[in-house]
Amino acid sequence: MISSLLAESNMSAKLTLIAPEIFLFVGSVVVAVLGLARSASVRRAVPTVTALFLLGSIGVTAYVYRSDAVEASNLLLPQLGGFVKALIAVIGILLVMVAGPAIDRRLEEAFDSGGAAFDPIRVMRGEYFAFFLLSLAGTMLIANANDLIWLFLAIELSSLPTYVMVAISRGSRRAQEAAVKYFFLGALSAATFLYGFALLYGASGTLDLVEMRNVFADMPELPTLAILGGVMAILGIAFKLAAVPMHFYAPDVYEGAGSQTTAFLGFMPKVAGAVALMVLLGVFWTPATDATGGATAVLPNAILATLWMIAVLTMVLGNIGALLQRNVKRMLAYSSIAQSGYLLIGIVTGPGAGYNSILFYLIGYGVMNTAVFAVLGSLERQGEEVETLDDLSGLRQRQPALAWMLALSAIGLIGIPPLIGFFGKLALFAAAIDHGQTALVIIAAITTAVSAFYYLQLVAVPMLGSPTARTDAVHAVPSSWPRVAAIICGVGVLVMPLAIERLVTASGATEVPTVQSLETAAEGPSEDASEADSSAPTEVASR
Amino acid sequence: MLPALTYLLLLVPIAAAAAVSLAPSRTAKWIATFGSLTAFVVSLAFAWSFPGWTDGSMHPAEAGVAIMPSLGISLTLGTDSVGLMLILLTTFLMPLAMIGSFTAVTEREKEYYGWFMLLEAAMVGVFLAKDAIMFYTAYEFTLVPMFFLIAIFGGKDRRPASIKFFLYTFLGSVLTLSGIIYIAANYANAHGGQWTFDLATLANHCSTAMDRTTQYWVFILLMAGFAVKVPLFPVHTWLPLAHDQAPTAGSVILAGTLLKLGTYGVYRIALPTAPVGGVELDQFFAILCVIAIVNTALICWVQKDAKKLIAYSSVSHLGFCMLGLFALNPVGATGSVMYMINHGLSTGALFLCIGMIYERYHTKDMEQLGGLFKKMPVWSFFMVLFTFASLGLPGLNGFVGEFLCLMGCFIAEPGAANHPGLLGPWWALIAGSGLILAAMYLLIMLGKLVWGPLREPHVDGHGGSHAGSDGGSHAGSQVSSHDGSRGGSHASSHASSRGSSRGSSRGSSRGSSPDASHGGTLGSVHAHADAHDTHGSALPRDLSAREIGILVPLAVVCLAIGFYPKPMLEAITPSAEKVLAGYPALVTEYAANGSLLPVSAAGASEVAMAQDVGSSDARATQTNELGQTR
Repeated sequence: MISSLLAESNMSAKLTLIAPEIFLFVGSVVVAVLGLARSASVRRAVPTVTALFLLGSIGVTAYVYRSDAVEASNLLLPQLGGFVKALIAVIGILLVMVAGPAIDRRLEEAFDSGGAAFDPIRVMRGEYFAFFLLSLAGTMLIANANDLIWLFLAIELSSLPTYVMVAISRGSRRAQEAAVKYFFLGALSAATFLYGFALLYGASGTLDLVEMRNVFADMPELPTLAILGGVMAILGIAFKLAAVPMHFYAPDVYEGAGSQTTAFLGFMPKVAGAVALMVLLGVFWTPATDATGGATAVLPNAILATLWMIAVLTMVLGNIGALLQRNVKRMLAYSSIAQSGYLLIGIVTGPGAGYNSILFYLIGYGVMNTAVFAVLGSLERQGEEVETLDDLSGLRQRQPALAWMLALSAIGLIGIPPLIGFFGKLALFAAAIDHGQTALVIIAAITTAVSAFYYLQLVAVPMLGSPTARTDAVHAVPSSWPRVAAIICGVGVLVMPLAIERLVTASGATEVPTVQSLETAAEGPSEDASEADSSAPTEVASR
Repeated sequence: MLPALTYLLLLVPIAAAAAVSLAPSRTAKWIATFGSLTAFVVSLAFAWSFPGWTDGSMHPAEAGVAIMPSLGISLTLGTDSVGLMLILLTTFLMPLAMIGSFTAVTEREKEYYGWFMLLEAAMVGVFLAKDAIMFYTAYEFTLVPMFFLIAIFGGKDRRPASIKFFLYTFLGSVLTLSGIIYIAANYANAHGGQWTFDLATLANHCSTAMDRTTQYWVFILLMAGFAVKVPLFPVHTWLPLAHDQAPTAGSVILAGTLLKLGTYGVYRIALPTAPVGGVELDQFFAILCVIAIVNTALICWVQKDAKKLIAYSSVSHLGFCMLGLFALNPVGATGSVMYMINHGLSTGALFLCIGMIYERYHTKDMEQLGGLFKKMPVWSFFMVLFTFASLGLPGLNGFVGEFLCLMGCFIAEPGAANHPGLLGPWWALIAGSGLILAAMYLLIMLGKLVWGPLREPHVDGHGGSHAGSDGGSHAGSQVSSHDGSRGGSHASSHASSRGSSRGSSRGSSRGSSPDASHGGTLGSVHAHADAHDTHGSALPRDLSAREIGILVPLAVVCLAIGFYPKPMLEAITPSAEKVLAGYPALVTEYAANGSLLPVSAAGASEVAMAQDVGSSDARATQTNELGQTR
């Protein structure tokens, strides 16, 4: 397999495109070594170095995605990677700000006060951020996948480090329990989608995604094997998204992990899952023309029905589950399940406007999600994490800035205009209705109204409640970095709508496949695909 | 000139809100007052230079700033005579509400006045929007300030009231949003992927190019949000709670302008956009209106709480307003718009009056209060005047709108020459019974509150009726108000506030000292810091000059509209005719065939929708179905 990969002529183009990932790999090695340093100041620099490597990867991404390598790469969605990598790196930097001071805090304090002697076995900060970078690199690689093996390895590379991150996120048994739960269910999901991939290989006789799409397009009717493989793969990837029926782990894992790691789990795996679905489903979308003669694409019925059911159940169960929670992290776990449901609307809508709206939605969601967890990460109660709504009661009177940021991002998550969350939902709904998914949008609208109830708790309790004996023990953590991240994100929620068109343009990375592009892709790297695609109406709409 | 004024109308309140949030909190109320007065002046200048008073056209006509060109969203501002009148109503009520809050709100003033200024910007934005997304943005954003205003400054059930208010309206309006997006997507499909959210373009597209079944469903989606906001009968339950719990100024704005967002949405968007749905569901909604009118009037009859009574009367009155719209003729629609404005004035004024009583006695219970004419003749005068305005006494403003609404309903027969409708004399008769009921419950309220033997809350029974947040000095002030001796009241109230452990923490936290509030008799302004605790003494027994100053402009406008409504009617009618232009033909057809939809389309399309989504060619089918015009 490897040899055949190397034999391909466009190998160098691929290597160029994964330069950001390679950069992050280097970063993870550097960070892991620095984390073991005897000097405390070097260890303290680990988050900074991590952030610098992420910053560098943005630069590398911007550089390589301007080159010819993109055209030569022979990917189903060539431009996807550029946007996804930049988004991941930006949110990653914010997440480092949240997580940086929290990991190993107690241990470092003990070292400083002389309570414990330095012991390289016990320090975790280096490992945590090394795995952090590895997981981000894996997520980035998914966007570049052009065959099933690559896709599988990339998904696994993005998943495996997160199990370790959950385990070492805080020195508590609950974190370890969460990690074990996460690991076993993750392994199950990996088996599921690997099985699906195997069936897809059996049905098409190839691992290459572009070839597989051409094989399927030539068949008069898709074989059951291919459908079954697709459904299995979707179910397996649904685990990454925390979509029903693979959502059961989410509340427990989110609750068990430290807030800074929950912030990571609330966003990165979702990007990985959504991008993996986009890449994988590329083999099933077949170009068609709609009634007015415009280019469009359709999915096989069984695949569409599966996605549709998953989307509806995820939105409904996620939002209803969140209604019942008093623990903020469990509530946000369910809310993130519901958010996956909204992302799936975009998946059902398809390449072009649908996928673009997902990418656009992810910008806003990433910022708001990070803001909420950054606020939680900025607070502690008697050295423990702040977890329940009761702990947040009357926060406005102690930490007005944090309470405002929490309120702002919660209102943004509801989707109240003119905050960024509204425009994300607007783009998603507009794309879906434009492609005939009105029923999905109406269900989404109603569940959004349900979600308003629990998000309002995040506004009402800190802003309107009064401090209690319990909240007297709640204090800000010594480091101000989580607060800075919360404020950056909160302000972002407010001001990003001013640059809305730029964000839309940036996220307009996918194009609807047309009959022409399918033919040229079969011949090799397409020169005129972008030209042909721009005639499609959905493309015009997405620009 | 005009475009600049429209931007100013939005920017002035936003700037005031920003200033309030930055300036020290004692200046908040002055900034808010100044900001809202400036907005009023700007809106007057806008009205003065407005060229479209007589022809129902939208001004300014210029295209706005593109916000999201990929979806055709732009900040396009402009309005017609009807929207402009509602803008004037908003900017007129806002300074009055602000000045009316001086003594009522003494804590967290920055938030209070800041949110009010943002609320004003949002409400003006609704009436100014020519772009559906701008409309929705402003419409939806009103929820946030109102949520905080009720939840922070409301009565003792404020938390559930604010959440219920938010959730009800939010659920409705997300459905409206999906309806709007649906029309826009349909437009984009028909125009080669060129999106737009321009309200006039979408209305034109939907009413002419979309097939009837779709229009029917679009109308239902659009109405879902507006009906909750109005509120119509089965979804009105959030309103009494919200009104009851809201602070006085919140109630004034809620009744005065916020409810009008719903009726305005029906008038501006739902009716002209999907006329097929409007005709098909005309009688359905008219029945809901009539139920609202009669049922809620009966509920008012048994209310013991004056504020709740007025809140319920709003539901009943807005039933008239919607009935006027669903008469589907310009007479009814003109009456309806008149009603929107007059209801805003008279009900707003009534809430202010009740608020003044509440500040003095801390109760709105009509069992505990009565015969106030003997103590407060000036207040009683205004109360009687506005009650009469509210129940539609000829010569006052309420009458004109009410009469026209019923008149429109009366002549809305299928056979009518110019504008056939689907209602008729019987509908008007049943709805008209609401007038009698309104006279009954409002006069009963007056009879209890204003006339009869003097009843004031007793010293002992007093604490129970409190919001629970007030200090311990009430007993003293109550005693004093029975004496009627001012000087004594100061002494006693302060004695008790210092002596009582309940009240002392609150009083001292605000830094109020007995000396500071001695000047309170001159004007309540300086003593407001203490007003909550020593309400009986800080406020004069009858209305202060400030309070009279709030009510006089309202009374003058009520009288002026009542005596000479002609210019307003002339300004509204052309706009109403434009809104209803598509209706006569459809109504005639409906009256002839009994339905506008293809055979059993309502049921069939539901099934089709459910089937479509599961199938791979959903998209092709849908576009196919939407593309053709039936």
